[in-house]
Amino acid sequence: MLDVSLTYYRYGFLGSEFLTWLWFYIVNTDHDKLFDNKNEILEIGNKIVLERKVNDAVEKVTIKGKGAGLEEGILSLKKGAVVKELNLLYRKEEKEWSFTLTGENLSLSNLKTPDIGFIKTKKDVEGFVVEKIFLYDSLYLLIDGLYKKFIKLRVSSGWINVVSEMNKWITS
Amino acid sequence: MGLLSSSVSINRYYVEGKIEAPVLDTVKKGLVKHSFREKEDEPSNKNAGWTSFNNHFNPNFNGSSFVIDELFVFSLRLDKKSVSQKIIRKFVFIETAKRLEESGRGYLTANEKKEVKEQVTDALFLRMPAVPNVYDVVWNYEKSMLWFFSNNKSANEELEILFSASFNQSLIKIFPYSEADILLGLTDKERDRLSLLSPSKFAG
Repeated sequence: MLDVSLTYYRYGFLGSEFLTWLWFYIVNTDHDKLFDNKNEILEIGNKIVLERKVNDAVEKVTIKGKGAGLEEGILSLKKGAVVKELNLLYRKEEKEWSFTLTGENLSLSNLKTPDIGFIKTKKDVEGFVVEKIFLYDSLYLLIDGLYKKFIKLRVSSGWINVVSEMNKWITS
Repeated sequence: MGLLSSSVSINRYYVEGKIEAPVLDTVKKGLVKHSFREKEDEPSNKNAGWTSFNNHFNPNFNGSSFVIDELFVFSLRLDKKSVSQKIIRKFVFIETAKRLEESGRGYLTANEKKEVKEQVTDALFLRMPAVPNVYDVVWNYEKSMLWFFSNNKSANEELEILFSASFNQSLIKIFPYSEADILLGLTDKERDRLSLLSPSKFAG
């Protein structure tokens, strides 16, 4: 049986590594190769939170704004920081999701789904709930797929090559 | 924060085990037994219970009112009272002065001071209306997955306690390790490797 309190902290680094890898993966992979569907796009959004441990102290860097990123974030990565929170934009056909993914617990915050209009009568509620749940589920399909890709790599012998490529990206 | 809000936060849980059949009746019993009840006449600073998704202030779990498209959809209501420490200090001062005058003594014992503080706090909490907070829950029984629409720590803790008391099932929070261990369908070999991992250093 899973020991939640032990594994939550013992393997807490997996979430930060996932987000750091995800940033690397998004900016270094052609859109065509990220998804089978050419109408799907995943981009870095407007916020990145990084954290670096310096002796016993924790240094936190928050970068906000359109195109968050990229230079100050890389500078932090160079100093040994990892990503704690990542805001992302996901577009599929005409629909757009924006959300912040937190590495510690893979929770979602500030999640905005594609617009589904307004509820006019009580009878509309059930249909709106079904549609919203479908939109949340679509996003979880994406996140779980990406996390699975990361974990499969992370436990494989090929991870050492990924770390080397990420190091080149960070230090280039 | 509601699941129909324009901006939401979601935490996921894995529901361990299966509940007693017939499932719909068991879920309904759990919701009714632990439904939210107003307790304005009690000094406790917290009151929690299940409420209807579409009627937060009047829980009603009749029939299959909590079922939408094969999902259980309901809400956690968590009412909290709070009184500023400054207000408590003020009334403790007033009550202390009153007791000193009545007793003719120049001091209160440690026990008397404690008693005054408890009485003042209880009286203030009794007068203070609770602030209602409602968090939506979507439970996909077939997939053993539950979505909770809040990242608030105390609300998540309350959910875990109330869920266990209502349905006799544990909720396992989905976080990086538990997702890899439970949801991703890794092979035994991969899970073994996962348990042996240590942090990678990308730079620095």
